[in-house]
Amino acid sequence: MIHSYKEQHITALTPDAIESKADEMKKAGYRIEQICARSKDGVTTLLYSFDKDFDLQNFRVTVPQNMTAPSISKYYWAAFIYENEVHDLFGVTFTGLVLDYKGNFFKLEKPTPWKTEPKTAEGGE
Amino acid sequence: MGKRTIVPFGPQHPALPEPIHLDLELDGEKVVRAVPSLGFIHRGLEKLVEKNDYNAMNYIMERVCGICSFGHSWGYSGAVEGLMGIEVPERAQYLRTIYLELSRMHSHLLWLGLLADGMGFESLFMNCWRIREQILDIFEATTGGRVILSFTKVGGQHRDISDETLKKIADKVTTLRPELKRICDVFIDDESVKNRMCGVGKVSTDEAVELGAVGPTARGSGVNNDVRCTGVGKYEELGFAPILEKDGDCYSRCKVRVKEVFQSIDIICAAVAKIQAGPVSVPVKGPAPEGEYVMRIEQPRGDAFYYVVGNGTKYLDRARVRTPTDANIPMIVKVLQGCDLNDVSMIVLTIDPCVSCTER
Repeated sequence: MIHSYKEQHITALTPDAIESKADEMKKAGYRIEQICARSKDGVTTLLYSFDKDFDLQNFRVTVPQNMTAPSISKYYWAAFIYENEVHDLFGVTFTGLVLDYKGNFFKLEKPTPWKTEPKTAEGGE
Repeated sequence: MGKRTIVPFGPQHPALPEPIHLDLELDGEKVVRAVPSLGFIHRGLEKLVEKNDYNAMNYIMERVCGICSFGHSWGYSGAVEGLMGIEVPERAQYLRTIYLELSRMHSHLLWLGLLADGMGFESLFMNCWRIREQILDIFEATTGGRVILSFTKVGGQHRDISDETLKKIADKVTTLRPELKRICDVFIDDESVKNRMCGVGKVSTDEAVELGAVGPTARGSGVNNDVRCTGVGKYEELGFAPILEKDGDCYSRCKVRVKEVFQSIDIICAAVAKIQAGPVSVPVKGPAPEGEYVMRIEQPRGDAFYYVVGNGTKYLDRARVRTPTDANIPMIVKVLQGCDLNDVSMIVLTIDPCVSCTER
């Protein structure tokens, strides 16, 4: 069955459910599509996307105020590229990253505004 | 074990069309590890969404990259249209399909030229770019721009292209076929080209899926993840089927792109034959975008992912682009491990990195 590009599957997840969801998606045969972040009013949110046969599943996670999240690179090795980028641009620290460039992946002269704005307490979606 | 050295590849290198840096850790002539770093052309374009309304942001999005410009414009506009519940007219969808395929042709021809140049095949490089110029002439004659077209907007297209002009476009790309065949036969059949590419940078189907590869890079390993199969544009009505190769080496990836150039000609001619009269845009009215939406477009390098978040005002909260090269960097890192130093440029080139897209 070919899924339409119009189908939208965006589900909220708690930070402690990220790893188990990644494991579940990996076992179901999904590949990693992307990971991105957004920052608004001091709250950082991550969007994880997985794809299998054009069935795109997206999961939204609010990052706690300490700006750490578990890495899913032990399930999806290729996730290191997105997690390093999110770390360098948004300041989220991913624990357990298999290939950690320690801030040297996206080399910029100055930190991004997303990284420097003050973080508030965890918000809800 | 020999002495290990670290050789910088890029950001300035004859094989690289754009600046990306790879630190190659070598054991003799073998690459042990490749460490990428980006940031040479990061412009912070995504942050500009907070200061430019969703219509103006289209002009910024199409400037993410000069090669993939039209696709970015469509992807971003499509995402905002999805967020606002706008249905683009049929004629606009056909025009988008035609221009994305023209964009694919010019991108693949650019890449073929760079590949030839990377092998020292200067005359082949010049011939590829000479043909590519004719595609850019089509863009300039119809939209006013060779590279940045400003043709797509939220709600459809800025202007119509007459049926007579579309027929001329179809005739023009059809006349390119014999020249393209003559050039592409060199890529496919020449012994020196095959010696440089066959068996080099092999990636199996499972590895390509595991590494999250997209586009011709993945289709060269037999992975069908061509987003044109999901109903975007008018591809379904035009009988589109993705091109797949099985061997997974540089030669396979090259063959996919060569065949896609000819396939694009077929799609353009079929679209011109089927397009009907009608409006090319709808008025964008009603409440400002609110919510979130995900859109994907099959750019020349693979599937590009667009994520927009609206907050009920004319300024979006987020406009994220995950470009195909972003998804293919893990494959570069993995495939370079264990390869010879003299194969590095071939492997990197056949993955076709577009660094402007990656860094935004």
